[in-house]
Amino acid sequence: MHDFAIAFPEIFLAVASMALLMVGVFQKPGSSSGLVSWLGVFALGITLILVLSDEGRSVSFAGLFVVDSFARFAKVLILIGSAAALVMSQGFIKREGMDRFEYPVLILIATLGMLMMVSANDLISLYMGIELQSLPLYVLAAFKRDSTRTTEAGLKYFVLGALSSGMLLYGCSMIYGFTGATTFGDIANTLQGQEKASIGLIIGIVFLSAGLAFKVSAVPFHMWTPDVYEGAPSPVTAFFATAPKVAAIALFLRAMLEPFGGMEADWRQIIWLISVLSMLLGAFAAIGQRNIKRLMAYSSIGHVGYALVGLAAANAEGVRGVLVYLTIYLVMNIGTFACILAMRRRDRMVESIDDLRGLAKTHKGMALALTIFMFSLAGVPPLAGFFGKLYVFMAAINAGLYYLAIIGVLASVVGAFYYIRIIKIMYFDEPSEPLSLPIGKELGFLMTVSALLVALFFIIPGELVNVAAGAADSLFP
Amino acid sequence: MFAFPLLSIVTFAPLVGALIILLFVRGDDADAQKNVRWGALFATVGTFLLSLVVWARFEYGTHDLQMVENVEWIGAGINYSMAVDGISLPLVLLTTFLMPLCILASWESIKTRVKEYMIAFLLMETLMIGVFCAQDLLLFYLFFEAGLIPMFLIIGIWGGGRRVYASFKFFLYTLLGSVLMLLAILWIYFDAGTTSIPVLTANAVDPDKAIPAGIQTWLWLAFFASFAVKMPMWPVHTWLPDAHVEAPTAGSVILAGVLLKMGGYGFIRFSLPMFPIASADFAPLIFGMSVIAIIYTSLVALVQEDMKKLIAYSSVAHMGFVTIGLFTFNVQGLEGAMFVMLAHGLIAGALFLCVGVVYDRLHTREIARYGGLAKNMPRFAFIFMLMTMASVGLPGTGGFVGEFLVIVGAFAANTWVALLMTTGVILGAAYALWLYRRVVFGKLEKDDLKALTDLTPREIMIFAPIAVAVIWLGVYPSSFLDIMEPSIVYLVDHHNAALALDPAALPSAAGTVDAAKH
Repeated sequence: MHDFAIAFPEIFLAVASMALLMVGVFQKPGSSSGLVSWLGVFALGITLILVLSDEGRSVSFAGLFVVDSFARFAKVLILIGSAAALVMSQGFIKREGMDRFEYPVLILIATLGMLMMVSANDLISLYMGIELQSLPLYVLAAFKRDSTRTTEAGLKYFVLGALSSGMLLYGCSMIYGFTGATTFGDIANTLQGQEKASIGLIIGIVFLSAGLAFKVSAVPFHMWTPDVYEGAPSPVTAFFATAPKVAAIALFLRAMLEPFGGMEADWRQIIWLISVLSMLLGAFAAIGQRNIKRLMAYSSIGHVGYALVGLAAANAEGVRGVLVYLTIYLVMNIGTFACILAMRRRDRMVESIDDLRGLAKTHKGMALALTIFMFSLAGVPPLAGFFGKLYVFMAAINAGLYYLAIIGVLASVVGAFYYIRIIKIMYFDEPSEPLSLPIGKELGFLMTVSALLVALFFIIPGELVNVAAGAADSLFP
Repeated sequence: MFAFPLLSIVTFAPLVGALIILLFVRGDDADAQKNVRWGALFATVGTFLLSLVVWARFEYGTHDLQMVENVEWIGAGINYSMAVDGISLPLVLLTTFLMPLCILASWESIKTRVKEYMIAFLLMETLMIGVFCAQDLLLFYLFFEAGLIPMFLIIGIWGGGRRVYASFKFFLYTLLGSVLMLLAILWIYFDAGTTSIPVLTANAVDPDKAIPAGIQTWLWLAFFASFAVKMPMWPVHTWLPDAHVEAPTAGSVILAGVLLKMGGYGFIRFSLPMFPIASADFAPLIFGMSVIAIIYTSLVALVQEDMKKLIAYSSVAHMGFVTIGLFTFNVQGLEGAMFVMLAHGLIAGALFLCVGVVYDRLHTREIARYGGLAKNMPRFAFIFMLMTMASVGLPGTGGFVGEFLVIVGAFAANTWVALLMTTGVILGAAYALWLYRRVVFGKLEKDDLKALTDLTPREIMIFAPIAVAVIWLGVYPSSFLDIMEPSIVYLVDHHNAALALDPAALPSAAGTVDAAKH
């Protein structure tokens, strides 16, 4: 039985993106993408309402597609992230000669893929979702096609992404071969009662998690991240760092916990290791970076490591921790990238962290906002980033993963060094040539809202945590 | 009990002041700066008066928590809960007392970014009061750690030449110490299902709920990592001289006066009552480290050429007295430790202010540049002498009472420790008096020194309250000892009761050990 209604948000978004393509085509040649972009934001908003209007858990399309509170939670984050990325891009794409209507449409299609990913309940729909998300992202990474740096980033992303898809597919086929099922529930049923997982299945899980680790850019599959983050146009980087990351981590959680939840002893060590390596590399490799986008790339690798701590815990608290972490990470990154996009001098983008020198004297508000984001990314209480770390470490301690937790907090101290160095550059150093003003309405709005959310989160943290706990429980029926 | 949330009001009054300054003072001209200064002074004096109300309503003769506030916060056993008892009240008073003086001390020496400076200080005050009032572990941790942010900015923006190095060292050292404490807090939370400090304290004497000795050791070490850095204890004290030297005068006062006390407060509030078995086991380690701290840092202080650095090292030595007093587990030792913290907060703060006075005039802290100030700065010489004597521990000043009590307590616990720490007292007299001699006595030869003017009325206003308080502490210590006594007697009884539990009867640690193998 096919119940189309549960996929209504996705269907709407698919239709909307195609309609916007038409709008773009029939616009006067050479007209701005502004109309399509704002209509895109509007479509994402409608999709968000549609997502929220559903409740309960329902499965359809022969078990391929599932909507539960976990999926809804992730979808809300994805839609907010995509909408913020669209809003952020406005000024940039006009200035940098990327003002084409395909840009917003591609973001919408990628978002559709992400929604598919978090609702995937089967290895086939998982792969379809990933590809639907990845292909527009490859194009977006190379969107500024006359810049060598950007095309290099796009090509690199494409080649490595294709490699990871290959590994993922290989893993899927192994899993299918050794369990005879592709639907998550069926795989779990087949495995139930088996004393020992077969070696072939374990190899399948290893390949599957390698492919997924690629998508979330966890060490040792992180090599593409710094180059792509640095090379891609800044708003695209902002997009990469937010919505796709949330989707990939949510998919990772479901793909490990639903079919293989009963055999976590067999795969926990894999997650443990990539989590530790990501936290350490994210902390140490970022120290030497001078380019802020590259720095944020390493920072995101580190943050993925912290999120995976929750997956390693493999229980409902862990998933709750990851969801809280992702929410806070999303807000912090939207704010930080809004600041990065505001770094202009004589209307050209500047990306070196030294360009922030003395920002506290020239742009007080922006410096304050960026300070809040940096302390929060470093995990200093009472800012929101602290609570994100708190809940994943809480899950780790509860699952008895003491060494993981200890390595994690020590890595966060190392990481704090490069975050506070940015604050030092803004506040302690004397200004060089000031960045240009004004920073723009859209960016100012995003910065202010995210800064307030991050700074005041500690007043009522309970609400988010409860919603996340409810969403996490739906993965553990 | 009254429903009026007095403690929250005291805690957040400075924050409200900071918000008013942030939102309503525009521009950076002379008028705006003046408004900011007066606003900050008004907020801190108001907070001090409010804290006096807390003192007035404080009930003597009981160890119970008073003025309890409990509000649902995160839920699931983690709540916003505030209260004071005989241990926290004196430290709250110390904080609110020092803050207006810090604002006054920065009146003229801070000329750039006055608004941000005052906001940072007011924020700092909220966080410091919160640390001493919080009755929930996570809430405590939040206040404790958040203090790093304003202090990092205070040292880094308004500090001296090597301010970047000092601020980074301060931030990373303290952060490294406390993240391990966070993990221990999480473990305790899962063990007990709550982070309420009174409940956890009571659990330690409950044979069904007490934490097994093996686990206590690890938890104790995790808390120790944080408090030892904050204290600071030898050998993790090296951030302190750097931070002190580079911080602006008022920043040093807050560092020495209040921030260092958070370490001692942490020991007395968490380590002793929650992990009594581990505390007893580790007492020899603490004694050893403290004795080394006292003797070694006193010797180091003797050879310093920078005044602030000398006082910073002397702070480390005095904190050695505190840690010895805390781990004697007897009433005299603990009361002495608390009293040393109070007295040192005032005295070290005043000494830093004295350095600030001459630094503002001559812009150097090199001891050799000074000499003979008694001739043209008699008032300054008097105050400086009073504080030097108090630091040495002259009877009649606050410095004497605490050190005496700690030595009495230490004799009861371990004669050798007491013997070694008295040598520290002698060395302390040596470096403090020698500093005084080099700065104030001698011939007034240098021309620029001859031009120095004596204390201004504003500076007298800063020093007079501290001088009165230091003598009050020395002449009539009971007014503060009476506050502490019931809580400390209770703490000692609690400690002995917890040690009397049969270790074999405690809950098994087997499950936890298995889990640790992952």
